Amino acid sequence: MPLDCGTTISSFNMAYCAYGILNDDKSNAILVCHALTGDQFAASRQPVTGKDGWWEQMIGPGKVLDTDKYFIICTNVLGGCMGTTGPKDINPKTDKPHGLDFPVITIGDMVRAQALLQDYLEIKSWFSVVGGSMGGMQTLQWASAYPERCFTAIPIACAARHSAQNIAFHEVGRQAVMADPNWQGGAYYASDKQPTAGLAVARMAAHVTYLSEAALHRKFGRNLQDRDSLTYGFDADFQVESYLRYQGINFVDRFDANSYLYITRAMDYFDLAQDHGGSLAAAFEGTKTRFCVVSFSSDWLFPTAENREVVHALIAAAANVSFVEVETDKGHDAFLLDTPEMFKTIQGFLQSSAKARELIT
Amino acid sequence: MNPQKNFAPRKDIRVDWQLIADMINPGSRVLDVGCDDGQLLAHLSAAKDVDGRGIELSQQGVNTCVANGLSVVQGNADTDLVYYPENGFDYAILSQTLQATYQPHVVMEQLLRVGRRAIVSFPNFAHWRCRQYLALNGRMPMTSSLDIPWYETPNIHFCTLKDFTALCDEMNVKIEQSVIVSASGKIMTRSHYSAFANFFGANCIFMLSKGSNS
Repeated sequence: MPLDCGTTISSFNMAYCAYGILNDDKSNAILVCHALTGDQFAASRQPVTGKDGWWEQMIGPGKVLDTDKYFIICTNVLGGCMGTTGPKDINPKTDKPHGLDFPVITIGDMVRAQALLQDYLEIKSWFSVVGGSMGGMQTLQWASAYPERCFTAIPIACAARHSAQNIAFHEVGRQAVMADPNWQGGAYYASDKQPTAGLAVARMAAHVTYLSEAALHRKFGRNLQDRDSLTYGFDADFQVESYLRYQGINFVDRFDANSYLYITRAMDYFDLAQDHGGSLAAAFEGTKTRFCVVSFSSDWLFPTAENREVVHALIAAAANVSFVEVETDKGHDAFLLDTPEMFKTIQGFLQSSAKARELIT
Repeated sequence: MNPQKNFAPRKDIRVDWQLIADMINPGSRVLDVGCDDGQLLAHLSAAKDVDGRGIELSQQGVNTCVANGLSVVQGNADTDLVYYPENGFDYAILSQTLQATYQPHVVMEQLLRVGRRAIVSFPNFAHWRCRQYLALNGRMPMTSSLDIPWYETPNIHFCTLKDFTALCDEMNVKIEQSVIVSASGKIMTRSHYSAFANFFGANCIFMLSKGSNS
């Protein structure tokens, strides 16, 4: 498979989970795209953490992505670390893990790989492609690169390009990883020293961007952690510090530091308009795909204004588009949480689309 | 392939919506600007099999529309029509919203840019009840249909039937059809203007197109 960076990747694995039953004419398949640190375990137990899937709220019998009606597939992205080929896997040429030999991949490459899976499963077109954050970027890429292969597209809390601020946050995260001496230029796999400290810091910084000031205040305020007064030291005095440390420490158990570098890079490189002569509308020209764009009022990572740019481009391309900004103080993470307004919107959209595709009467 | 097929035609529809529906050719592309909770769009989809889209300012309205399977985006009639391509629709509808826009004449221009035809409905502020209310009470008129006090109403640019036809002249907009309706919902006249209609007409519905010189 050709890659955007100019090289090719000859053979690779792709790990995916599937839920529900594919109908006879294979018209009820929905592709769920995961976010930066997500994986294919969207609605099943994550084997490393033992925790529920990241989108259990959305996927299941009678839920928005109803497994009684639809066949749901979630793949681990190219460059990931949960089964799909990524930097931690063995390079057949050297018999060692790729490390930084792994080619830099893009959102376009991730989607191209998913398209091969769609071919393999002989699904002519997805009933829907849906995802939040980086999953939303993949959704937009899908709709732009393969419009005839997506009946509907639901990009959530995303943008058609990664903003300077978001690239900046990613760079902080990458530098934290690379500044960890245990990173060893990315060749840490055989070593007993792993860049866990750097990766944990990267995760902590990123995690702040997924929340909102209001959500942090509501959850933690200035409450102290297991103590009655300040310690006048650098322990985690505050609950919010303890929470972030917990997030960081848990993350390194399930995520590969090099994968983190590669996937953040893929997001940074994403700029759908630039791929189409600077016009975002051109990326969707003549599209027949039905779109439902969802943003969250307190999301400052992918603010409503950036989602709205996508909507305006779709309108200019005369696309069939719905757009809802959901009022919430939960920040970017709202798409992973119990957000009834989002559920209602997507459920209504899918139901009318299912009628249009004659999946239901 | 029509996504909005799931709406049954309604008999109890508002009079002005029924009149708007009567103006529209079946199967056409329609943009409803200020579509509220989507009742008119749903009716047009059911009764006229239109390919309908909507813009609505209130989040609640948009959410209701999308949850009901209508293609509606959150947006503002004053600022967001510019994103739509020229002549992308057969009809651009502005139902009972003109008086709530900041720049009604600009909105009308935009309606006629994005739609081959524009359908505009608005309450006639020169209706005798408004005149009587103002004359007798010396206060801003409040009627059963305009029941919000002046300091709270979203209606910031009321006009009369006479004002509207004058604006159409000024803008060189062609009036293709018009219907003036009484307070009881009866059709009074289908002529564009008369002093009688300007006095007794409660609601006005106009179908417009670009004038020949514009």
